[in-house]
Amino acid sequence: MRSNKTGWLMLAPTLAILGTFGILPFIYVVYVAFHRWNPFGANPDMVYNGAKNFRRLVFDNEFLTAVLYTLEFAVFAVGSEVILGYFLAQLLMRNFPGKAFFRTIHTLPLIVAPIVVGSVWRLMTTPSIGIIPFYLNNIFGYDMNMGRDPGTAFLMTVIMDIWHWTPLVTLTLLAALLALPRDPFEQAEIDGANRRQIFWHITLPMIKPAILATVFIRMMDALRTVDEVWMLTGGGPGDATRYVGLHIWKVVFPKTDYGYGSAISIIVLYLTLMMCWVLYVALVAPRPKKEAL
Amino acid sequence: MRGPLSQLALWLALSFLTLFPIYWLFVISVTPAVDLFSTPSILIENPIWTNYAEIFHDETLRRYMLNSVIISTGNAVLVTVLAFFACYALSRFDIGGKENIFFWTITNRMAPAAVFLLPLFLLFTKVFAIGDWKLYDTHLGMILLYCTFNLPFAIWTLRPTIDGIPKELDEAATVDGASTWTVIRHVVLPLAAPGLAVTLILTWVFAWNEFLLAATLTSFNARTITTGLSEYVTTTGTEWGKMASIAIITLIPALVIFSVVQRHIVAGLTFGAVKE
Repeated sequence: MRSNKTGWLMLAPTLAILGTFGILPFIYVVYVAFHRWNPFGANPDMVYNGAKNFRRLVFDNEFLTAVLYTLEFAVFAVGSEVILGYFLAQLLMRNFPGKAFFRTIHTLPLIVAPIVVGSVWRLMTTPSIGIIPFYLNNIFGYDMNMGRDPGTAFLMTVIMDIWHWTPLVTLTLLAALLALPRDPFEQAEIDGANRRQIFWHITLPMIKPAILATVFIRMMDALRTVDEVWMLTGGGPGDATRYVGLHIWKVVFPKTDYGYGSAISIIVLYLTLMMCWVLYVALVAPRPKKEAL
Repeated sequence: MRGPLSQLALWLALSFLTLFPIYWLFVISVTPAVDLFSTPSILIENPIWTNYAEIFHDETLRRYMLNSVIISTGNAVLVTVLAFFACYALSRFDIGGKENIFFWTITNRMAPAAVFLLPLFLLFTKVFAIGDWKLYDTHLGMILLYCTFNLPFAIWTLRPTIDGIPKELDEAATVDGASTWTVIRHVVLPLAAPGLAVTLILTWVFAWNEFLLAATLTSFNARTITTGLSEYVTTTGTEWGKMASIAIITLIPALVIFSVVQRHIVAGLTFGAVKE
């Protein structure tokens, strides 16, 4: 193959930028995680306390429930987004009048800032004055109260996330579908394959890398959601929607427990990383084998 | 779902769901604050336009808007170009440990942001400071910083596209005596266009909507509109109307950029290009 020097040269700026703005702060956070540090507390000095922050975390019920709720949220939201997004991407592959127009409309939710999304959904769902509970009550006689019912609050965070982020999945999968070569599909049609066979044996294997990349990215974004949920529910009722991102936020800012917040962040980062790594190795890594042949 | 008309009907229904919260945002922006907390009505009665009038005369907000456009566009273009070359290198060169590098890039996006604000603040005010100049509150600083979450995203979404372009095409061109640069420009780039367009749009969106980092690392010169918007959401109460009207206005530059870039999200070039 061609000289690797060119390859490294193409990678260099990426590595330099990520190294500077990604790794340096990370080292700092790891350092702080091994200290007791509350800059605005009674004792503002940084005191080394070994792995105590981590030990505290393992028995911290608030944190553990937050992790559980976050996983639940991420699985429901991302799962629905991928199925819905794939379906929409397939629809956009066909021709119908006004396609470009509808595609643009469909991307609109992405442009609304998360903090605004949270605000609007909050105004739409506030009991008795929001438009959604109002009509649910008038038409179906159903009393929707997000401030009282944890299940509803959870469901609303999921629905809001689906509304906001499905377009991202649609667009990335649409790009992947557009990049597929036509020959295998034509060949399959000549061979008399039906649509289901084409989907399972041709489309799916070919866009699997794109689907996985999308799932990873949506997953890790869902795991660190803060602004939207913060505005919609504030983490409540109780701790029903206090996802990990919000939990860290509450530890770091109102309590200014910086050392502990850092430890939680490191663990969350580690868990996310492990989860993605396992998925990655299990599902994507077989790819290099092809080159060995 | 066969006929174009039934598809049209389906998309109209979908568009209603997509647009309703945005429509509601607009309703909020033209409703007097007192009426927001009474019985909701789906149609707008007695719209008021004072929120919009105030925004148009607010020079600070205009400045924030311009900052947002500069930072998002700068970042999206930089990220898309860098990611394209990175993906090309990962896909076509025999770089040692490249799958590990590929995976490592995404880990930069996983971190929960809250605790990273302090080290970044120190980096921006203490480390990258030469004399009076600081990276803090500059367009350049934000453009570079947004790479930490956008570059991994771009690399991960572009990689399948670049990998999907048959290597035989490059090799054939190389045998014909084309340089690496010519191969990239005339073979790979046109085929990757839909992927690049989508990457550009989505990275632009992420940069445009970013809030936490901009709130911490800018004060005025490089403050973005998303951050300016949040100034209307306070612990003592939210100025819903103001916030909503700014949010509606911020949709306009985004729409302009989308419609320019979206034209490249078409197949066409891949058809037949692979045939021998």
